[in-house]
Amino acid sequence: MGDKAAAFNPEVFKKTAEEKSNARLKMWLEICAHCGLCADTCHFYLANERDPKMMPAYKAKKVLETIKKNNKFDEDRLDEFYETIYGECTMCRRCTMFCPFGIDVASIISMARSLSASQGKVPKELLKAVESHLESGNQMAVTEEEWVDTLEWMEEELQEELPGATIPIDKKGADFLYVVNAREPKFYPMDISQAAMVFYLAGADWTMSSKGWDVTNLAMFMGDIAAATKIAQMVRDAAEELEVKRVVVTECGHALRSLQFESPIWLGRDHQFEVVHSVSLFAEYLREGRLKLDKSVFANERCTYQDPCNVSRNGGCAQDAREIVKYLCEDFVEMEPHSEYSYCCGGGGGFIPMAGAFKDRRLKSGKVKAEQIKATGASICITPCHNCYDQIRDLDKEYELGIKVLSFKEMFEEALIIPEELKAKEEDEEE
Amino acid sequence: MSLYELLRGPLLWVAFGVFFGGMVVRVVLFFQLSTQKDKPIYRFFSWKWLWLSIFHWILPLNETAKKNPVVTSVGFVFHICLIVTPLFLLAHGVLWYESWEISWWSLPESVADYMTLIAIGSGLFLGIRRLVSPHVRIVTTAADYLLLAVTLAPFVTGYLAYHQYFDYQTIILLHMFFGELMLVVIPFTKLSHFLIFFFSRAVTGMEFGRRNAPSW
Repeated sequence: MGDKAAAFNPEVFKKTAEEKSNARLKMWLEICAHCGLCADTCHFYLANERDPKMMPAYKAKKVLETIKKNNKFDEDRLDEFYETIYGECTMCRRCTMFCPFGIDVASIISMARSLSASQGKVPKELLKAVESHLESGNQMAVTEEEWVDTLEWMEEELQEELPGATIPIDKKGADFLYVVNAREPKFYPMDISQAAMVFYLAGADWTMSSKGWDVTNLAMFMGDIAAATKIAQMVRDAAEELEVKRVVVTECGHALRSLQFESPIWLGRDHQFEVVHSVSLFAEYLREGRLKLDKSVFANERCTYQDPCNVSRNGGCAQDAREIVKYLCEDFVEMEPHSEYSYCCGGGGGFIPMAGAFKDRRLKSGKVKAEQIKATGASICITPCHNCYDQIRDLDKEYELGIKVLSFKEMFEEALIIPEELKAKEEDEEE
Repeated sequence: MSLYELLRGPLLWVAFGVFFGGMVVRVVLFFQLSTQKDKPIYRFFSWKWLWLSIFHWILPLNETAKKNPVVTSVGFVFHICLIVTPLFLLAHGVLWYESWEISWWSLPESVADYMTLIAIGSGLFLGIRRLVSPHVRIVTTAADYLLLAVTLAPFVTGYLAYHQYFDYQTIILLHMFFGELMLVVIPFTKLSHFLIFFFSRAVTGMEFGRRNAPSW
């Protein structure tokens, strides 16, 4: 991460623009036919009363004009540009899917974010998280001591129910390394014990790492590829040091996208391990009969599934989630459209961590998702992504959806069938 | 040399030269830059996803086509008439034969006549859509209208020439001029999408494909 320029620096701007202008971006900015078919693929457009200024091609055009005028570009224009690239796009890539030419507006916006970052213009919350990640190894500055304490504490909690369950740390040669989002040890430690419970019952050979355990990568959303590379390197180093065959990513979307699909590009070579999202691993366990779920637990609930963009469209796990749902829900209703075609909930692209100044726009753009959820009549919305999770909880309040938002792990905790012999001997009388 | 001879001879050579040469340069530049700066294309290259992506869009086998039946139909008809009519027009075939003694199948004249009208009509529809739909208008530039005019001009003048409306001698010269103008501008404008489309679809198809997701 470079120094933050105090004033607009046209030379750096121009240099960054040249550096980032690859053959694809040039091609896309040249051939866009301005056909307008991307308009209603975008949740910002739909949620903002079909404001033409919210359509993807218009945002891309703005970026193009900026690059062309990079010498005449000044701070005022940078401010306007900033509002578009951070406040009006979650880089969900839905428009890319619907564009006849396959123009990837998300890449164009990402490039624009790099340009903005070259001028030190980035949302301060993102910057803080990235700086913390680079300094402490995780975006929430959890110390190694706190991290290990949390794992031990969660292990103890888990053992009260399942005496044989453990949370292995730095176990070399394990089948897989489980990596999480820093908010789990910080705010939701139960996520970790729930995962450990699943792995224990499935008889998995797994481990967690004392280092490189935070798989989030907010630098990706800032277009700061140098920082994103360093962050991805931390996880790769941990995995390769532990000689695991696979790295399993927690129920988080952008973490999967950055580790599995983007970081091999940043780092210049393939990983020596396979990257798997929790959703795919859970589906595998259920398919192989290694986990058994009691479907009656949620029999009185209608469930729907929020496809995180970076798990389904950009992660290829849409079908795995459907497979899990078959074992878990009696009454399951899809949103329309769904799977790879799902609308972004509005929480992606850094919107959740960006918080403050962007919150109103986030809630407004979430209207599309809120209406989709409402139309299903669901009482539970399942989503395997921390950002979707927070956003949909906010949407629930804002649009009075009356739903519960749950991750798969949270549902498993209630629905998993635990063999008698694995349960703690002394039954809790009060329960 | 008469104006006719000029347009029929040297300028036609220039037009074809700029068109083919320009497109070759475009493709070479793409490969030159992409091998340096777009390494993921080559690293994750996949014929399967390349063809699937092209196939689903060269035919209307995609969600966009389903959701926008009118624009899709008009767009397909427009493009088909645009490409097929000039290539298989009997009168053009005669010229090829005169110059090179080569010939190929041609369209019945009445069919070609209707296709010309359809090309003009569907082109006008797309132009009017630019004016009336706020979301299309906002991204439309002067170049979009100009290019549409340049694309339609050979069809309008061709139609007038075939039916010998107005002064045939003038109209046919205009027709030749506009045809050549269109060829010349293609490599420098978004009209280059006739070829670049395949490159763009390929890279996006492969990028979605390596995530095991469709891009259609």
